[in-house]
Amino acid sequence: MKTHSMYPIHIRVNGINYGLEVEAQETLLTILRDKLDITGPKECCGVGECGACTVLIDGKAVNSCLVLAVEMDGHDIVTVEGLGEPGKLSTLQEAFIEAGAIQCGFCTPGMIMAAQYLLNNNPHPTEEDVRTALSGNLCRCTGYSRIITAVLSVANKGEA
Amino acid sequence: MKPFNYFAPQDLDSCYEIVDKLGKSAYFMAGGTDLLVRIKTGRISPNEIVDIKNIKEIRSRIERNEEWIEVGALTLISEIQHNSLIEKYFPALKEAAGSVGSIQIRNRATIGGNLCNASPAADTVPALLIYNAKIKLVSTGGSRVIPLDQFLLGPGKTALQPGELLQTIILPLPTLRQAESYERLSRRRGVDLAIVNICAQVIASGKVRVAVGAAGPVAFVVEDQSGILINPDTEEEVKNEKLVELMQIASPISDIRASKEYRQAMLAVLAKRALQRASSQLNSKKEL
Repeated sequence: MKTHSMYPIHIRVNGINYGLEVEAQETLLTILRDKLDITGPKECCGVGECGACTVLIDGKAVNSCLVLAVEMDGHDIVTVEGLGEPGKLSTLQEAFIEAGAIQCGFCTPGMIMAAQYLLNNNPHPTEEDVRTALSGNLCRCTGYSRIITAVLSVANKGEA
Repeated sequence: MKPFNYFAPQDLDSCYEIVDKLGKSAYFMAGGTDLLVRIKTGRISPNEIVDIKNIKEIRSRIERNEEWIEVGALTLISEIQHNSLIEKYFPALKEAAGSVGSIQIRNRATIGGNLCNASPAADTVPALLIYNAKIKLVSTGGSRVIPLDQFLLGPGKTALQPGELLQTIILPLPTLRQAESYERLSRRRGVDLAIVNICAQVIASGKVRVAVGAAGPVAFVVEDQSGILINPDTEEEVKNEKLVELMQIASPISDIRASKEYRQAMLAVLAKRALQRASSQLNSKKEL
């Protein structure tokens, strides 16, 4: 039988450094959830179509289901848990609650990370900008309008 | 995913060495947004993956010289979408890049990967064909430059030889007064593959070129020198007939996204839209 190696990696997740041994076929999403207990990013489609696993890698929004953990050696990752401060939600997270933008909640961590990526690059987006920014994220219950309202409310406050 | 071994060479020489040892069974991976999907869905099950993302000679870069702009194979689709040189000289490529996958995919997928996958629906291809892109390939044997239409041979098929890598895409700077636009039809705005995609070019002499994707095994270019397509005095019906005639060369298939009849019918519609937009851009253009 063929043997497969383990690969040492050092990654930074939400400001904390981790040294891990991973198998080559493990995705970033798998190790975040199963090894680091960071369960904000969700596995839904697993093929990059739904955006539920969205995280920021070196500041860029990416589907963590389509990234191998072994590729992440030396990289910086932020998940929904990395927003705000302990005990205090971020402005965007609060806005989602206030606008009623969460129903079942499964898409929410990915939606918030995609929206955060938009606001980091464009603090005052138009509604069209928000719709485009969230076009890689599927929600099957709220119907998007409250999600868009939530993101726009932060944009209008100007404190993304 | 089934277990596999992983290699991440930092330069071309070490990459060649690894490939030499592993043989033909190894798969190259750049962004991985297509390769990992194929592994996850069981279409391929490689024993070895060679991650080429860190190879410095094919690194992400968009550089201009007197005659052309060179784009490194590892340049992200999102970097092409937001680059000022691309926007200035190759606006339809910017548009095309902006319709690849989703924001999350564009932040990971590379232009080299988009070409080497050789999907008939690849969004960047019609624009690159219209801009007469050339492809620089490298291997232990040296390098060679070929036109993009000689690189793409069929669905998933390219002119790449075993062990050969795509290094850069060469885009000759425009020398004529011309304008281009990109049009795409899909079921969903984000992520969905194109039903058909089109890049149209209008040249001040009256010549029109239209590149068509997702309507045959490889994207293709048709040309019309008659001038009627951008003549404001030509009747719409005549223009429509001309476009339908030009699109006869297409050989679309029926799949989950659309029937071949629908694709064929939409080609002329999209081509017309793209030409109208390109024509009005040409008319409002001040320089070259």
